Amino acid sequence: MINILWGVLIVIGIVYSFVTGNITTINNEIILSSKSALDMILEMLPILVLWMGLMKIAEESGLLKKLANLFYPILSKLFPSLPKGNPALGYIASNVAVNMMGLGSAATPFGLKAMEEMQKINPDKKCATEAMITFLVLNTSGITLIPTTVISLRLLNGSANLTEIVLPSIIATTIASIGGLTLDYLIRRKNR
Amino acid sequence: MNIISSAIIPIIVIFIIFYGYRKKINIYDSFLKGAKEGLVSTFNIFPSLLAMVFAINIFLKSNFIEFALGFLKPLFNFLKIPLEILPMAILRPISGSSSLAIMNNLFASFGPDSLIGRLASVIQGCTDTTFYVMALYFGSVKIIKTRYALKAGLFADLCGIVSAFVVVKIFFG
Repeated sequence: MINILWGVLIVIGIVYSFVTGNITTINNEIILSSKSALDMILEMLPILVLWMGLMKIAEESGLLKKLANLFYPILSKLFPSLPKGNPALGYIASNVAVNMMGLGSAATPFGLKAMEEMQKINPDKKCATEAMITFLVLNTSGITLIPTTVISLRLLNGSANLTEIVLPSIIATTIASIGGLTLDYLIRRKNR
Repeated sequence: MNIISSAIIPIIVIFIIFYGYRKKINIYDSFLKGAKEGLVSTFNIFPSLLAMVFAINIFLKSNFIEFALGFLKPLFNFLKIPLEILPMAILRPISGSSSLAIMNNLFASFGPDSLIGRLASVIQGCTDTTFYVMALYFGSVKIIKTRYALKAGLFADLCGIVSAFVVVKIFFG
């Protein structure tokens, strides 16, 4: 699906800009987009290196395993294919917890480590496993209890009540997660 | 609220270090080992991130979205949802930075406490950028066949955005 979508986005973009005579913009964008991808990765690099270093300490000291076991009762329902004691569960728990606090960029390294651990027990290295997809759904629906970015931008724009949107956001994000996880569950059951 | 969120990360850091000490592992060596792995991960992510940014930026800069939005306008009018919020609702799963930019513009022109401002806040806060998360997570472990991941991810976004409209209506009338 992503295969088709990727091509479609590019083709639509270029064809439409030919039709509207907007081709110079696209020409520039082709050159600039690779630059902005590089900027993104450079912004991410130090955070990833730092947190992956810290997490290695958590992993080798057994802290992560402890965390994984603590949340096992809940996580085993969502990720039935991950065996108890698998380090991926610890990373998933950390990722979700940090995401909830609205610290998205600090959550990414945990997520990447979770993917790495899930990949280790993946029989087909090119193909996503069910657990990976469930984890992805959990992440894209982004369960956030404190939407930090939104709150700070509201502050900048002079909101009289910064946090009035917190409860509605929590409700909406919960519905998003439930919706995504339900579809994920239904597809998994159908595939069996 | 602010103090709590700025204290979380330092607390996590000190807890990890302390726990490592107590279990008598070589924390400095572990750190360097992990940091090196972090470098490799970042390296692995780059191609898929670039691919995604490339396709999405071309698509966005062509202004095709504005053209496509024309078809959704009657539906939004019917549901009495302000049209200004439409681009943001569509862009949220595709590009985090553009939806953030739109939100900021909406705050500037309508105010964060307007209906539009509240809608924008909840839409921004309720989901994450599916395309970006997919490129990042699957790219890092070189997964090519993503199966039903996009479908499930976008469905979650759809649920989030639709409920954002409903919840804001209920909360703020």
